[in-house]
Order: sequence, then structure tokens, then C-alpha cells
Amino acid sequence: MAELTCREAVAAAIAQEMRRDPSVVFLGEDIGAAGGVFKTTVGLFEEFGPDRVRDTPISEQAIVGAAMGAAMTGLRPIAELMFSDFFAVCWDLVANEIAKSRYMTNGQVSFPLVIRSANGGGARFGAQHSQAIENWAMMIPGLKVVAPSNPADIVGLLAASIRDPDPVVFFEQKSLYGTKGAVPDGEHVDTLGTAKVVREGSDATIVALAAMVPRAAEAADRLAEEGISCKVIDVRTLVPLDTQTILSAVSETGRLFTVEENPRLCGWGAEISSIASEECFYDLDGPIVRITTPHIPLPSADNLEDLALPSVERIAETVRVNMG
Amino acid sequence: MANATEEARPDLANDDIGEEARLALWRSQLEIRHVEQRAHDLFLQNLVKGTVHLSLGQEAVAAGFAVAMEEGDYTFCTYRGHAHTLARGASMSGVLGELMGRECGLLNGKGGSMHLTSVEHGAMGSYAIIGAHLPIAMGAAWSAQYRGTSQVSVCFFGDGTTNIGAFHEALNMAQVWKLPVIFVCENNLYMEYTPIGDVTAVEHPAADRAQAYGMDSIIVDGNDADAVYRVARAAYEKARSGGGPSLIEAKTYRQCGHSRADPGAYRPDEEVAEWLARDPIPAYRRRLLDFGFAETAVDGIETEVLAAVDAATDVARSSPPPPREILETEVYADGGAAWRN
Repeated sequence: MAELTCREAVAAAIAQEMRRDPSVVFLGEDIGAAGGVFKTTVGLFEEFGPDRVRDTPISEQAIVGAAMGAAMTGLRPIAELMFSDFFAVCWDLVANEIAKSRYMTNGQVSFPLVIRSANGGGARFGAQHSQAIENWAMMIPGLKVVAPSNPADIVGLLAASIRDPDPVVFFEQKSLYGTKGAVPDGEHVDTLGTAKVVREGSDATIVALAAMVPRAAEAADRLAEEGISCKVIDVRTLVPLDTQTILSAVSETGRLFTVEENPRLCGWGAEISSIASEECFYDLDGPIVRITTPHIPLPSADNLEDLALPSVERIAETVRVNMG
Repeated sequence: MANATEEARPDLANDDIGEEARLALWRSQLEIRHVEQRAHDLFLQNLVKGTVHLSLGQEAVAAGFAVAMEEGDYTFCTYRGHAHTLARGASMSGVLGELMGRECGLLNGKGGSMHLTSVEHGAMGSYAIIGAHLPIAMGAAWSAQYRGTSQVSVCFFGDGTTNIGAFHEALNMAQVWKLPVIFVCENNLYMEYTPIGDVTAVEHPAADRAQAYGMDSIIVDGNDADAVYRVARAAYEKARSGGGPSLIEAKTYRQCGHSRADPGAYRPDEEVAEWLARDPIPAYRRRLLDFGFAETAVDGIETEVLAAVDAATDVARSSPPPPREILETEVYADGGAAWRN
């Protein structure tokens, strides 16, 4: 087991897949010799050269469109959007073209591509470079959506995304880039559509994603000291969604909390809440509670941004109050 | 500025296009003309629903590029894409059936008029959001370059597309990467209902932008299939030999409104009359006769095409609506629509 940071895990996953499959190509801004603005692509240009690791102009429509055209003609492109906020300038390609063209042509075309992007807050970048937009992608039929929380999952799920025959939007939480974790040696490939129980518990289920997973786990540790036993689930992929793992945990524990970095309205937790209330209502011992960022653009000042994002304290307090 | 206006040169012995290609250009234009007219008729009978954007008057552009293409080349087009899809060899019944929402449609009724696609013929899709397909066509060219094939990607769009950002992003990246892609602007003088000159900073919406991306300014008479064919052939050669992308502006005219909802009443009568006098179909017929093709052979092709359109109409009309079972299929590559377990 090697100890990698999340940013090193990104490069490791891409390198693993590019070594294996010559149809994997990679394009984006500053990804080549510069190694990526978040240093997530260090070493790839040197190993695979400019034909496979291609620097682009600041042209997000061209980047994503090129990935689409390449994917439908035999390649497996990985496109990097430097910040997930930039999905907004190429959303037509993502939401109208890549996501819909298989259906519209009744299966004539396939898009085995990955759009990976630095997502989420915590870096004091302000409202246009800090959004958690996984719910934008989740609501478009035809996309798969992945948001891992640790280095091993980044390697395994990014590899799985690159091998997947469908378009995958892969979110890397930038506040996690510096965190370390053990990554299995050798080729590591995980499975999309599988959530993971990261902490066992019997009184309540806390479902979290990406940067909210370590916070939920820490909140659960604190609650355990107070005698509240929480099971924590890392959703890992929003589409396909592993509802079996989530619903069986809800049925076991009788309570459900979701912890979402996205602003309140239409966050992924709302969908999980809806499914749980439809399908295991009679197993619930109390209301489902969503813990989210308020419905605001993210501010940049340290104290305001920290106040906005769900914190360990807020998660623990919300669970405590509702379990009381 | 290269201005490739065509002069008739009635000498088949010294013809650089040749008998076979000329007849192919004639047939292709006729197929487009008569399918489009049939689509219009079927619309008036309420058998074609939604909307249609016809290429009546613009047939020579589609025919000229398609006849000069090689098998394996990629065509990307817009919602005004019936012509380009037919020109690559997609079936008439598949096109008409799709417009009518029938099972026999190219997309089994899931796409409609604005999304005609026939990958087996190299027709890689009709894209209904202005500008989107320029980067996509560029990406297909990148793929061809990377895979080391000689395939060329050809992207057709209207004059209105030259004012959206994706146009500029795609041209720039295509040139920087020296990609085998040809961008073809069908300048039919109107951006939907508005004269393109009223909303564009330069006179020639595509050609005047070419230099900004290191490309030649090329304008061709889009109502002359021979002129289009020659310009296309040169651009294919350039692309296949590693010379990079081309941008070609084909001047043409939409003989109908923008879509089925538009009678095109905003166009001056004299302008319409002038362009109807330059209708590419009778002009090409005259040229074939000048070249010495037998009138019976030339008109016989039109008779064949009309019969084929009739037969395709019958196939489409008798085809059932798509089965309900396909509603939730082909969202994902496993053939289904499941987003959860």
C-alpha cells in the first residue's frame, strides 16, 4: 500500500489507464508541462507526451466538444475543466449533446469519456470558483456522476470511469487534494454505483459525499462519545446511485441525515430523502434531516465560508438535536 | 480572396469532374429536393409533426461536399440536416419516417427532424443547438489524426453560427492542432428571420473571420454543385495531407422560411425572384445537357428519384409508431435507463 495525496491519486489513476489503453487521451488547460494548476497531472506529459496529454486554450466548449467528438469516433478522452464552476460555460455540450445523443439516436453513438473537475469550497476562492455542483450533473439523464472522498477511491473510481462506456462527470473536491490515504498497490479499479459504509452505527444513518465524508465521520466519532451511534455512508457515485446500501442502512437505524456541500435547493440529499420516504417510510423513527450549505453563493472570507459549509460541529449538533 | 465562381465548360473529354461524379451530383441534388418537398407536403397533411428546417435551394452545398467525400469521412450538421444526412446515403424512408415519428425512422422516432443521424453512413449527427457541433466535429478530426487514419471531418452550419462563441473556439483549436476538419458555412443570408448583415460586424460572416484563425478566406457559389465539389475536393486534399483545417463560405439561399412556422415574408420579392432564377436544380440540368448528357438519361434520373421518394413515403406512412418499450432504453450504454440499483 502506497500513501498518496488525493492530487497524486488523480495522476496515478490517469497514468494507470493510459499505460493500459492507447485510446485514452487527455486534454485541458495547463495539464501538460505545467502539471495542472492543482498539480493533479504531474508527470503525465513527461510519460505520455504531447499527443496524448494535450494543452488547450481557455476554450471549455472546445475542450468538452473535442472530447465528445473523439469519444464517438473510437477514443476514450479525459477532459479536465479546471474548476467545476466552468461547467457553466460549456453546459450545452455536457447537458444537451453528450448526455442526450445516445438516447436521441437510439443507441447509434457512445460516449466513453470522463470530464474531471475540481469541485467545492473551502479554499476561499469566492462564489465563482468554489461551488459544489454535483447536483447540476445529477439531474441530467445520460450522465454518470462520481465524487470520491479519499485517494484509494479516486484511483479506483477514476479508473472505472475511464473504462466505463458512458460519459462520467468526475468531481474532485479541491479541499481534499492535500489529504493522504493508502492506495492499493498494482492496478486498482473500483465499481461505479457502489456506496460504502465507512463507519458502523445503529442509531442513525448519516449519508455524505466527498469532502463531507470525513466531516460526517468525525461528527459520528464525537456523537459516539455521547452515546449516539451513527452509521456513516460515503455515497461515492450519485449516478448510478446505490440505493440498496442506503435504504438498508436507513431501515436498520431508523433515522437518516444527509450532509451535502451543495446549496440547499435540489441537492442530491433531497433525492435520497424522497426515495427513503417513499420506500422505507415505515422503518423511519423520525423525520429525515438534510444538512446543507445555505441557499447562497459561497462567500470568500474564512469565517463566512466556514460558516456556510456543513462543519463537524453543525453535523454533530444537528444529529444531536434531532435524536434528542 | 479566392472566389470560385463556376463557368460552364461543356467539354466532357477535358472535364476535371467526370461523368460519374456529375451524375452523382445531379442525383444527390434531386434526392434532397424531392425529399424536402415531400417533407413539406407531409407537414401540410399533418403527418410530419414538430418542426422541419428545409434545405430547398441549398442542395448544391450538401451534394458537392458529399460526392467529393470518401467513405469513412464524418459529416456533422445542424437541425437543417435532412440534406446532409441524405447526401451521405441514409435511406429516404428512414428520414421521412423519422420526421413522421415512425418506427422505421433513422432514430426510431426518438430524435425527430432536428437530430437525424446515420453513423453507418458517416452522418454523425444533426445538432440543434447553434455552434455545438463545431467543437464536436473538431474532436472527431482530432480522433482521426490521433488514430492515424485519413478520415476528414466536415461540419456544416449556417451564417448565424459565426456569431456564437463555440465557432471561434473550434476554429482556433482546429488550427493550433492542424486538424483534418472542414468548416462549411452555408450562408443563406438570413439568421433565422433576420438578415445576417444586420447583426454581423463583417460583410462575409465566415470568410472575413478566417484570417483571424490563420485560414484562407474562401467563398464559393453555393448554388453551383460543381464549384462546391471543386472547393471541397481541394479542402479534403489539404486535410488528408496534414495541411490542417479549412473554412469555406458557400453563398446560397433558402427558398423557404427558416422553419415550418415561417413563411419567410420578411424577404424582399426581388431578392426571392433573383435567387429562384439561380435555383441550383434547373441550372445543373442545363449544364448536364450542355455537356452532352442525353436528356432522356438526365430526366430519367429525376423519374427514378421521384419513384424512390414515393416508395419511401409509402414505407414511412405504413410504418407503425415506435413501440412503447423503447421509451426507457438507450440512455446508457447497457441499453437501459437505470440510474439506481
